[in-house]
Amino acid sequence: MAETKSKSKSKAKSKAKAKYAFFLGCIAPLRYPGIEKSTRDVCNALGIELVDFEDASCCPAPGVIKSFDRKTWLAAAARNLALAEKQGVNILTICNGCYGSLADAAHELNHDEELRKDVNAILAEIGMEYKGGTTVRHFADVLFNDIGMNAIKKAVTNPLELKVATFYGCHFLKPTDVKYLDDPENPRMLDDMVEATGASSMFRKDKMMCCGAGGGLRSEFSDFAMKFTEENLKNMKDGGAEAIVDICPFCHLQFDRGQQELKGYDMPVLHLSQLYALAMGMDQNDLGLDAHKTPVKL
Amino acid sequence: MTATPDKEFVNEIIANGGETVNMCFQCGTCTASCPSGRQTSFRTRQLVRMAQLGMKDQVLSSEELWYCTTCYTCTERCPRKVAIVDILIAMRNLAVASGNMFEGHKKTATSLIKSGHTVPINDDVKAQRAALGLAEVPPTVLASDKAKKDFDKILEATGFNKIVGE
Repeated sequence: MAETKSKSKSKAKSKAKAKYAFFLGCIAPLRYPGIEKSTRDVCNALGIELVDFEDASCCPAPGVIKSFDRKTWLAAAARNLALAEKQGVNILTICNGCYGSLADAAHELNHDEELRKDVNAILAEIGMEYKGGTTVRHFADVLFNDIGMNAIKKAVTNPLELKVATFYGCHFLKPTDVKYLDDPENPRMLDDMVEATGASSMFRKDKMMCCGAGGGLRSEFSDFAMKFTEENLKNMKDGGAEAIVDICPFCHLQFDRGQQELKGYDMPVLHLSQLYALAMGMDQNDLGLDAHKTPVKL
Repeated sequence: MTATPDKEFVNEIIANGGETVNMCFQCGTCTASCPSGRQTSFRTRQLVRMAQLGMKDQVLSSEELWYCTTCYTCTERCPRKVAIVDILIAMRNLAVASGNMFEGHKKTATSLIKSGHTVPINDDVKAQRAALGLAEVPPTVLASDKAKKDFDKILEATGFNKIVGE
């Protein structure tokens, strides 16, 4: 009896239209607005309802802000989680940094009542409380696991013939004790998602190496950060990549601007949302490609 | 020159989120896996050992502490399940609290204080957003004085402005 009840409940849930608060973060809306636009268009086409996440702040950034003061990082993240909870929706992010901060903070706060009490003492200053009920999802996770490859393949009207270097970034899959989406050493998720458009995902050396931007490296030691970037770019180019597809605006920025700083590389950089907008036949003018420093000619 | 070990240092690290610091048995998997160690003088295992030995001053003033991108490869591969990134973050928090911070990082932190975002808005991006049919100013703290004031109160309550020195 109980089993039947829970089954019908989950069925009803799966029929309801997916609805999320769209967490913009910083780099997408303020440096690559085409990523925001493409995400809105692609989600709309796939039946995912995005509502504006009004009043949200920076996640805050897991590199510099968490490194400066964990307490501030957690309290500011909790404010974002509480804002979504008040709206009665879960969070969708398009950035691994935001995903890293918000999913990690939710993991800590949703399972630790004492910690939540401490943070709520701070949130009380602005009349808010976080009850521990917000789930944080990444755009790529929702598309892969909820929408599914079959539905995405059906939505492709403009198949792409491209050899793509997929770039997972670090905080999408790791740490795996917080979010186990795929094998962190040898994942397939993003490769499958790229290949659903007709493009092929290329093999290369050290595919899972970090782009170099995170942890405050780009903002203070950009020469070191660029060494990571160059090693990645060399491995991509050696493998014959024609484009880079990422799921994080910070990796996106590092590869897009990094290629111009390094010279000798000219692989267009696309966020998965932009690749999908293209494959679904949407207007190229809506991808915001003029914000890219490495020209995108497709 | 002899360094006096600070036996309280590991406890400070534990209190700041680095609970597993004493679990490390120095196998070096972290250093061998580290993409930063490949490019720089950053040695993950060494920093963890220095923490265990109470070499507080050396750790908190070291530039290498800031060479980690938090990619988590070390944490995933550690056979002792040492949460290495959390330990490094704890040590960075202690370094900042003792006044050791770099200008580039301070700039990012200051941007958060000023606007609620770590990246500032500018006229170019406003125009790009408008051309795409998006709101010129994203519907975040940037678009609401009340939300920004609330955000400011959170940072005041945690003492972030004082920590950053702004």
